[in-house]
Amino acid sequence: MIGMEILQIDLFLFLEKLLLIGGIITFSLVIAMYTTYAERKVAAVIQDRLGPNRAGPFGLAQPLADGLKLFFKEEIIPLTSNKVLFIIGPALAMMTAMLTSAVIPWGSSINVFGRDVSLQIADVNIGVLYVFGVVSLGVYGIMIGGWSSNNKFSLIAAVRGASQIISYELAMGLSLIALLMLTGTLSMKTIVEQQMSGALGGFLGWNIFYQPLGFLIFLICVFAECNRTPFDLPEAENELNFGYHQEYSSMKLGFYLFAEYINMFISSAVVSTLFFGGYDIPFVNETTLAASWGGNIVAVMGFAALFAKIVFFLFLFMWVRWTIPRFRYDQLMNLGWKKLIPLALANMLITAIVILWLNK
Amino acid sequence: MASLTNRSKVLEQTPLSFMESLYLPNIFKGMAITFGHIFKKKATISYPEEKRPFSPVFRGLHVLNRDEEGRENCTACGLCAVACPAEAITMEGAERQKNEEHLYREEKYAAKYEINMLRCIFCGLCEEACPKDAIYMSETFAPSNFTRQGFIYSKDELLIPNPTTDKEGYEAARGLREAQIKK
Repeated sequence: MIGMEILQIDLFLFLEKLLLIGGIITFSLVIAMYTTYAERKVAAVIQDRLGPNRAGPFGLAQPLADGLKLFFKEEIIPLTSNKVLFIIGPALAMMTAMLTSAVIPWGSSINVFGRDVSLQIADVNIGVLYVFGVVSLGVYGIMIGGWSSNNKFSLIAAVRGASQIISYELAMGLSLIALLMLTGTLSMKTIVEQQMSGALGGFLGWNIFYQPLGFLIFLICVFAECNRTPFDLPEAENELNFGYHQEYSSMKLGFYLFAEYINMFISSAVVSTLFFGGYDIPFVNETTLAASWGGNIVAVMGFAALFAKIVFFLFLFMWVRWTIPRFRYDQLMNLGWKKLIPLALANMLITAIVILWLNK
Repeated sequence: MASLTNRSKVLEQTPLSFMESLYLPNIFKGMAITFGHIFKKKATISYPEEKRPFSPVFRGLHVLNRDEEGRENCTACGLCAVACPAEAITMEGAERQKNEEHLYREEKYAAKYEINMLRCIFCGLCEEACPKDAIYMSETFAPSNFTRQGFIYSKDELLIPNPTTDKEGYEAARGLREAQIKK
């Protein structure tokens, strides 16, 4: 490990991060798998049906069966497609979906063999900015996939997706600027720690109470960024034949579908972290609890709290999907440019004025 | 333009008000409705395990009846075949021999009795025409087969289980029949 020494990286730190990365990727994949199951189940109960219940108890083996099916399907690369880009498309979609998880603090630190292991892959001091950067890259998966398919439907879907994501990124950024004015930091970990120090065991410190409008705008934009109903125009089964992944088959299609669910999962984690206190357990003072119960248990409980918040948002994604129909394209653009951006700007200005007024 | 039926409704398309253009109040309303549906009674059932109850007059596949001693009721009179509007029933009668009293109730019996389930329209006229209570329609439905030939049901498929050899099967079939009649 000569290279390690030159880079001045402790071998254990390297191992620890490697394990953490592996763990989080596996975790995200499993969650994404079961989100597909949950989606079908939620869709079913909302439509007064029973949902998948054949494979395994309660149909729990259904996602495995689906995955296996995708692996066994014939892999078709259209003759007129751009082969390199055709393969890069789904890979890029999957990669950008996973990348965001690097800066999310999944919990406080746990103590393993005398080492404090932070449950965050990288506490980057520009965490929020990093999330934005990666999320903007997400559009390339759609664009490249849609363009390289050499199919009109795919191309239209890709163009739609790109313009949608770019439009909603603006409002998303503006709504977060107001939040960042409050926190004064871009580090995700610091944002969580700030929220934990609020009243009622951190509950009143959650940013949702200071930025309700900002949260609403952010949430709507997250729906748009994830291409979820009501903003699933790039997919639009009934008008574009599944849009940008129409020409894809087998596991390449699986990657696109999977990336969508991983995006949902990670977006839920980001929303929970930024606005709902991350791994903060409401009504519980973590430091006093850690003194009596031990830090590791509290860290695990904190992770469970974050997970519960994520599950709620995942449910919200599905709940909304099975409630409202898709927006028309002009409605989508009107909402993004004429409603959300002015609202986000106003929210930003009001936040700035209040902060200035309070500090005077 | 005057409408023909006076039933057409005039659709008002005013631009959305501010609250409407926010979409959110109505989205929340819709979400409340869908959330309520999560706890509602499901419209579907797990079919092969659970089955829906039939109406008392349900007409499924035919059964050829036997009496308590296991003798076939059918006398091959042909009334069912005559009644059948789809001409799905064919039969050949035969005379009962000396040593066959335990097999057939009356002197004449159906040596061959076939119903083409692809022709049958399940109207139940054969059941009504039968003077000997020899044919009735069960609650079994949706037969499946690989060939057309397989849908021509012969006596093997149609006969009710013999009460002298397969008492349980006979009683199960009769029980269904009696429950049907009672209803």
